[in-house]
Amino acid sequence: MSSMDDTQAPRVSFWNDPKIRANVVQAIMVAALLWLAYELYSNAAANLSKLGKTFGYGFWNQSAGFDILQSLIPYTNSSSYGTAIIVGFLNTLLVAILGIIFSTIIGFAAGVARLSKNWLVAKIATVYVETVRNIPLLLQIFIWYGAVLKPLPGPKQALNFGSFYLSNRGMTMPSPVFDDGAWLGLVGLTAGIVVALFIRRWARARQTTTGKAFPYIWAGLGTVLLLPFLTLLLAGWPIAWDYPVLGGFNFSGGATIIPEFIALFVALSVYTGSFIAEIVRSGIQAVSHGQTEAAGALGLRGGLITRLVIIPQAMRIIIPPLASQYLNLTKNSSLAVAIAYPDLVAMGGTVLNQTGKAIEIVLIWMTVYLSLSLLTSAFMNWFNSRVKLVER
Amino acid sequence: MDSSLSYVRTEEAPKLAPPASLVGIRGWVMSNLFPNWKNSVLTILAGLFLYWVLSSILSWAVFRAVWTGENREVCAMEGAGACWPFVKAKFLQWIYGFYPIDQRWRVNICFLMLAGGLIPMLMPSVPYKKWNVLFLLIAFPLISLILLTGGHFTLSSSAFVSLASLLAIIAAMLPLSVFGIEEGIKIAKAGLICVALGVFVWLLSLVFGFAEFKTPFGVKSSSSDISLLLLVVGGALGLLRVQGANNSASHSALRGWGVFALGLLLAMLLLKVDFGLEYVETQQWGGLLVTLVVSITGIVFSLPLGIFLALGRRSEMPIVKWLSVTFIEVWRGVPLITVLFMASVMLPLFLPPGTNFDKLTRALIATAIFASAYMAEVVRGGLQAIPRGQIEAAQALGLPYWNMMNLIVLPQALKIVIPGIVNTFIGLFKDTTLVTVIGVFDLLGIVISGFADAKWASPQTGTTGYFTAALIFWVFCFGMSRYSQYVERRLNTGHKR
Repeated sequence: MSSMDDTQAPRVSFWNDPKIRANVVQAIMVAALLWLAYELYSNAAANLSKLGKTFGYGFWNQSAGFDILQSLIPYTNSSSYGTAIIVGFLNTLLVAILGIIFSTIIGFAAGVARLSKNWLVAKIATVYVETVRNIPLLLQIFIWYGAVLKPLPGPKQALNFGSFYLSNRGMTMPSPVFDDGAWLGLVGLTAGIVVALFIRRWARARQTTTGKAFPYIWAGLGTVLLLPFLTLLLAGWPIAWDYPVLGGFNFSGGATIIPEFIALFVALSVYTGSFIAEIVRSGIQAVSHGQTEAAGALGLRGGLITRLVIIPQAMRIIIPPLASQYLNLTKNSSLAVAIAYPDLVAMGGTVLNQTGKAIEIVLIWMTVYLSLSLLTSAFMNWFNSRVKLVER
Repeated sequence: MDSSLSYVRTEEAPKLAPPASLVGIRGWVMSNLFPNWKNSVLTILAGLFLYWVLSSILSWAVFRAVWTGENREVCAMEGAGACWPFVKAKFLQWIYGFYPIDQRWRVNICFLMLAGGLIPMLMPSVPYKKWNVLFLLIAFPLISLILLTGGHFTLSSSAFVSLASLLAIIAAMLPLSVFGIEEGIKIAKAGLICVALGVFVWLLSLVFGFAEFKTPFGVKSSSSDISLLLLVVGGALGLLRVQGANNSASHSALRGWGVFALGLLLAMLLLKVDFGLEYVETQQWGGLLVTLVVSITGIVFSLPLGIFLALGRRSEMPIVKWLSVTFIEVWRGVPLITVLFMASVMLPLFLPPGTNFDKLTRALIATAIFASAYMAEVVRGGLQAIPRGQIEAAQALGLPYWNMMNLIVLPQALKIVIPGIVNTFIGLFKDTTLVTVIGVFDLLGIVISGFADAKWASPQTGTTGYFTAALIFWVFCFGMSRYSQYVERRLNTGHKR
């Protein structure tokens, strides 16, 4: 039995025990962190009391007293600081969502164009990617704003495209005016989407059982467009258009998109599009050529090979970096502050200047952007798990 | 084969030239530009687009451009293109900012040192990479700091006291690393006790206040002097013990300590010495100088910080791991501009009352923190690419953690991520433009500030300035991205699994 005794763990002096070492290191780290937090807290308290300020969000309900260029919710200069910050947040969301949509379109087009067999098209796409990627985004925003949009003529000599006017005041265009019964259009749209989804289900079921294909994309598109049109027609067309009219020095009527928004939106889409193009190109190139050949051997035609074989496999490679590009775009939309587009950072900055609540505002910024980041990455992880290769 | 059969050929038919539509310029054009009618339409549209873009850029930048002139009048003419005299007049300002003109040679020396350190670093065939890295990461930033600001920093005597204490504590610990912990404690007991007493006295006086008293020699002294004395004695004892061992381990430990101590002392003395350089406050820096200062400081600080964070993220200690993850994800999750605002408006509130940094320093802190989070993720990618077998083999050899990382894992991991590091640097270089927003004049900021000059205000001034700035940034970034692609190809030796 003496051999059993030998297998007992040898006595290790406590400083050589990795567990104890790890605990000591971590305890020291926690202590240092607590000390740092205490120092920061006491410094902040001392500095704030010296400046005669306090920490708190009491300013949230005070009247802001400044105007905002663009607002998605009712806002006047007597609204509260809180409303101003929410307006900024919504403006951030607006430019981020539109930017995401358009940068995806630009990026996929350019990425596919880079792989085109047409030499000229491929070269133009390459030049676009290599130029735009290597110039700072802030500079591009300034270029769109200061060198493209601001030198445009004033409203009187505005560039005219039908009822659309492009001037240094932005893009002015007709706006819809909804009468009673316009909600029927919304009902029609919803019904159209539901019907389209049913058609898709039926078409897929029929294809699995009989092998007969049905052009459900066109049929669905038709119902989505046709149903709201018909319901509105039945309701007596309760939508009117308010056309912009040049009067005096500016347009009256219609809706105007401010140049700050256009500059930021275009710059963000074009800049992020160049990164997405690279992601798409490398994703498509990563799908082995044998896949194309195998699909061809099965008798699929060019378009179908791309749609059914290449793209689904490329998407798996494309989506994770695509998600981080979307996050980058959302974060980059904060550069709006440089051209005074009223986004979250710009509004926060204005409120900060007026109230001097530095810590509070920075906390709001950080919380909002961090939550947006976490939400986007959560959504993308979910999406990614859906298109992921199912392996045994 | 019976050669009498007249219908059997006995020699090859002559080779015909390939159809003209497949070879030569025409063949290339036909297959790459006009293979079918869809592509032909596309080519024509693309060609028209290209013609429109090129002709408008050329006409603006060359044919209609104004090349000479003294002020805005030449550029304000109707139909004038690019206003190049504006660029000529402002160019030196775009490089040096408002740095005093007679002191610009100092900036030039820094640029030359950077080029001298960077070019051999980027050429894989040039030897002495280790010294090169040390020059770029330690000597170059230090000398540049002295040259650009003028040096002559006020370092209080307490800074030297802290340095001495730190060195003494390390010296007292040296026996532990040379002889092993158990043996070391036995051998160097006296020294360790001295150091422990010294630290204890210092902590006591920190809590209860520094006691002042008169020494028998009539000199005033305080309890901090006693603790310093104890630390120095302890450190000296430790050094003596190590020296007594007289083997290779003790020699290398002593040498390492000596280089470290001398280096730190030299650095502090260099910062303190008055070289007779005029003081140039950072408010006067600007242009390309600031762009390079911000981006290079960012990379120099983010590289070591990022390595520690990446190691922390992969650590098995839960608290270390979660602290690293939180740090990385928080800074990666927020835009740089909010970090810059935080550094410029919130940071001063968290500093001890009375301390204050200038604007540039705050921007530097923000970019360094921000870049280190991104660098950590790049380094983590490299760490994950190292096969687990390497770590297991190192552990089987009995290497302690830091030796394993220094000798086995990091050299391989960092080599893989060189392209990633260059890409991070490109991103950082482009992001430095954001400091404009908090009022630091980097290249973009100084270009824009030039538009307000009434001497040059014309409709074309802004466009010309933006165009030139974009060109400068493009040259830098495109060059760097080409370099990173070159390294990637070099590293891709075909052994990849």
